[in-house]
Amino acid sequence: MRGFIGEYGLIALLLVLPVACALGDLFTWKDVILDFNDEPTLARLGNNVVDGLSNGAIWALVALGYTLVYGIIELINFAHGEVFMIGSLVTAGFFGTLGLTAATGVPGLALGLLVTLVLAMIASGALNVMIERVGYRPLRSAPKLAPLITAVGFSFILQNVGILWIGGSPEGIPDLIRAQKELFNIGGVSIAQGDMLAVGATIPLVLLLTTFVSQSRLGRAMRATAQDPEAARLMGINVDTTISLTFLLGGIMAGAAGLIYALYQTTIWFFQGFQAGLIAFTAAVMGGIGNLQGAVLGGFIIGIIQQISDNRIGGEWTPAIVFSYLVLIMVFRPSGLLGEETREAG
Amino acid sequence: MTKTAAALRRPGVRTDTRTLVALGAGLVVTLWMAGQIEMNLFMAFVLWVLVAVRVVLHENRAALTGTLVALAVWAIVLPFFQDSGGGFLEDATQALALTVMALGLNIIVGFAGLLDLGYVAFYALGALMAGYFMSGFFSGAGGGEGWSFLVGEPASTLPGVHLNFLLVIVIAVIVTTIAGMLIGLPTLRLRGDYIAIVTLAFGEIVGRLVLNGDEIRIGGQELTAGRQGITPIDKIDLPFIAPFTGLELRPWYWVALAMVAVVLFVNYRLRDSRLGRAWIALREDEVAAASMGVPLVKTKLLAYGTGAAFGGISGVFLGSYLNTVNAQQFEFSFSIFVLAMVILGGLGSIEGVMLGAIVLAFINFNLIPDVFNDYPQKVGLDFDLTELSFGIFGFLLVIMMVLRPEGLIPERRRQIELREHVGVGATTGVGGDEERYEARA
Repeated sequence: MRGFIGEYGLIALLLVLPVACALGDLFTWKDVILDFNDEPTLARLGNNVVDGLSNGAIWALVALGYTLVYGIIELINFAHGEVFMIGSLVTAGFFGTLGLTAATGVPGLALGLLVTLVLAMIASGALNVMIERVGYRPLRSAPKLAPLITAVGFSFILQNVGILWIGGSPEGIPDLIRAQKELFNIGGVSIAQGDMLAVGATIPLVLLLTTFVSQSRLGRAMRATAQDPEAARLMGINVDTTISLTFLLGGIMAGAAGLIYALYQTTIWFFQGFQAGLIAFTAAVMGGIGNLQGAVLGGFIIGIIQQISDNRIGGEWTPAIVFSYLVLIMVFRPSGLLGEETREAG
Repeated sequence: MTKTAAALRRPGVRTDTRTLVALGAGLVVTLWMAGQIEMNLFMAFVLWVLVAVRVVLHENRAALTGTLVALAVWAIVLPFFQDSGGGFLEDATQALALTVMALGLNIIVGFAGLLDLGYVAFYALGALMAGYFMSGFFSGAGGGEGWSFLVGEPASTLPGVHLNFLLVIVIAVIVTTIAGMLIGLPTLRLRGDYIAIVTLAFGEIVGRLVLNGDEIRIGGQELTAGRQGITPIDKIDLPFIAPFTGLELRPWYWVALAMVAVVLFVNYRLRDSRLGRAWIALREDEVAAASMGVPLVKTKLLAYGTGAAFGGISGVFLGSYLNTVNAQQFEFSFSIFVLAMVILGGLGSIEGVMLGAIVLAFINFNLIPDVFNDYPQKVGLDFDLTELSFGIFGFLLVIMMVLRPEGLIPERRRQIELREHVGVGATTGVGGDEERYEARA
């Protein structure tokens, strides 16, 4: 019985919101909490899902960083959201340096964006490695919660860097890719250039990362360290380097997410990382922390829930809705969507 | 250490050069700090003397008891030496209220080992109770005339519900205990850090409910006042004492101090009780505790309930003290702030958590906004430090944690573990607790 609820109850739970929207739209129900269409069409729900996937792609990239780090040293890296924010700021800075504007031609833009992407990835990756070196490595043998506080400390420091850099209020940046411009339209569902970019850039990055972790020698070292650092060390794996590498990979993903966010939202803010960090961490846990595919799946699911809630319930309630979902998923499946049952959990 | 110092060193008396230099430096820093935060210099000096006696006679039981009693007396008479409406008492009262919360969270995180990232929920609920039962929020109560119980003028003549402060505390304790247990329920099957995220989720949900509660109407009555916040809140009105005012801060300080005393007493008694030992057993190894007959569900829920109740008590006090239930306060960062006090002070160590709470509260309310911001101008620099306050707080957190990972005053149990090199990851120490104990077995 419990297993049955665990398997199917969860899927049913995840489908409640979209299915209710679909039925409500088609049969033009009266608005109850959710805001339904007046005409029977599914286009609005389709648009919700498309927007949700694009936002979800960004959360997925950030969530990967959480899940990688948690998988290897069991630390909730609170500073990770801020690393993502710095990625956005670096991106915006280089747009100015490289002279990219909304008027730049396509070849120049593509080259410029590629250069910016690499630079943002390097900046965020290096920053994450630096944080690990200064804040977490000295605390390896300390009580488990001590690094959590240094992580919070770094989060504050980086937010302050953000304030000093662009000031305390959100800053608009040039809409380089004309994110809202419709690319094609399928039965009323419009897919904009921003959506294409977000999903189109995320998928190859995720594939690259998963291949690296599952196939390469260094990836194997990472998985070994995650399982048992002591045994990994005895097998000749340099545990410190492997942990640094993990932070580097997480930071790189956060940098890419920062670029996509800046292009997609066309606003950057010193506080964007904090909110994104909470959401992405939730996504990582929802998918089963330590599991790469789970983090991506969680990111997409949260993106869709957020869009539906923003569009039909009201943006001020969105965090409450997302977190209610999280609690319910934890009740149904304590180890997350794709996480494995652990011994202690049974 | 010099030879003379070694000769001087008897059991229980520490007079080596290092200690003396540290104490000397401590005196300079204490007096400088006291000057900065408008604390009475004489009282600061007395505080230093008490600490110095404790350090020099470090293993002397009589000296320990003596300094503790003296410290309690010191804390009680402190307001007489301070300006009754000044900034120091204002901050000190807030620091004490936060100490109550930190001690409550310490039961959940420090004793029972359940990482709670949503402690702000209990603060919110406690403050909301103050908003409900100590203000004009329910404007329709008593047919618009207001309804009051055991309160004096002017609250009794105003519209809304006005109950006595102590009654509201009782209500808040009941509400937050139940809320704590409800929040605890879904986490029972969860492991380690999943508990953290579920409590975080509840904290955010409660925060959102309070913030957007004006959109929810039950029978024409809004759930909360939303972003405007509920204000004003009645001042504390205790029997046989004149009602409190916002200008005379000493009574507030003493009420906060009394709350800390009660909470400390409860904390110590609980720690050494059967329940407290069950919590610690649970923290060290859940499976072993369960097989020794510790009822997991009951023990965990009691930890959540007790910890939550303290948050509620402090919430009612802060609601009345700050004269507003401002929904914007109930954010995730508040939970982190209280958690930082607990971890910085030393998980599970009652004295440590108290020290951590007072240190962080002063850094946050006093040192950063008042001292650091004025400093550049005093030295004649045209430089605004307000923009750096976040960063300074973060920097201090990092520094303090790297220098003292076990916290300012580690729990005795942990100190013993560290001294005997038991239980601390001997080689790499990367893993969590599970690995440690497996390695030992």
